Amino acid sequence: MELNAFIIFIAAIFTSNILLTNFLGMCSFLSVSREVESSLGLGLAVFFVLTFTTAINYLVYHFILIPLNIIFLQYIIFIIIIAAFVQLTEMVIERFSPVLYYTLGIFLPLITVNCAILGVSLFMVIRQYDFLQSVLFGAGSGIGWLLAILALAGIRQRVRYNFVPIGLQRAGLSLIITGLMALGFIGFSGIVVIQ
Amino acid sequence: MIKKEIFVTSAITENSVWKQILGICSALAVTNLMLNSLVMGLGVIFTLALSGFTISLLRKFIPKRIRMMIQTLIIASYVIIVDIFLKAYFPEISKALGPYVGLIITNCIIMGRAEAFAGKNDPLDSMIDGIGAGVGYTMVLLLISFFRELFGFGTLFGFQVLGEWWPKWSIMVMAPSAFFMLALLIWVIEGPLAKKRVN
Repeated sequence: MELNAFIIFIAAIFTSNILLTNFLGMCSFLSVSREVESSLGLGLAVFFVLTFTTAINYLVYHFILIPLNIIFLQYIIFIIIIAAFVQLTEMVIERFSPVLYYTLGIFLPLITVNCAILGVSLFMVIRQYDFLQSVLFGAGSGIGWLLAILALAGIRQRVRYNFVPIGLQRAGLSLIITGLMALGFIGFSGIVVIQ
Repeated sequence: MIKKEIFVTSAITENSVWKQILGICSALAVTNLMLNSLVMGLGVIFTLALSGFTISLLRKFIPKRIRMMIQTLIIASYVIIVDIFLKAYFPEISKALGPYVGLIITNCIIMGRAEAFAGKNDPLDSMIDGIGAGVGYTMVLLLISFFRELFGFGTLFGFQVLGEWWPKWSIMVMAPSAFFMLALLIWVIEGPLAKKRVN
């Protein structure tokens, strides 16, 4: 596939946003988006973990799984790498930067089960990206996810005290807002297209 | 608890999708076609039932601290079976579902049932609970995809239902409508319940 890595990066943020077009990472997206501050923390953590695990998973996939012909184990290997990386990051942050640990640390365990992380690694395999493309795809997806959760948190803060029909109050409203955001992001689709 | 009661509770009254808003990543992603939703649902039922059974069987031997990791590995092994089965017998559907088969691993419903039910109950009960939760999930998927496919393509399971006169609503096939349809579903189901609670 002949695609400029930078184009993939832009596309991952806007036109094929991991959350708004591929629906990945919805669970924590809906539950943590109550406050702008905490969603910024979670978003940054997702961005960080996504960039690095995509790179690691690329290397493992191409230099371990393919030579040994055990591609069918990719799900298990990927999820172990993600969990291990998250655990490691948590320990390193806790050791060296307690301040950062307080802002990011509580979100890290949530990330292991965030489907965006595993999803990006699987997309990378399916779309046959090379190393640079994969890393930028991971980073772009992370930024896209951060952008989406920040926007939702901002909107939710604004509408908190407004009247909402009974029955829509919990997740329904967030879903409708997200749908409108997705509709807005379709407007970007003229810029670049990847699939 | 009676077996039937367990099934109904986890399938309908405590339905993971609309009651707990779990596992909606794939509920949104694969629902543009009914066939994809059905296959996805069957995969999830299979994984839920067997992982519930296995986790419950092993629950006394799994150390508390690393139980999440072990549960994930058990779930992942069953997902690999689903993936290989689909690749071998239904390569087309496997291609259409893409990464979402693998993403059954991170589907919060499965982890949720493992934590909430399988870790505390007998293997057989856990299996029934898993099947119940899976059936509830599949129902939601089929319901959403029914409307999306009908309005978006004019077909159901690939068969032409609405004729040439139907202007295809391409928005129904695209991402935003998935969010809207799920929100509507939650509204329709939650609305009367919430009203009852208020009164």
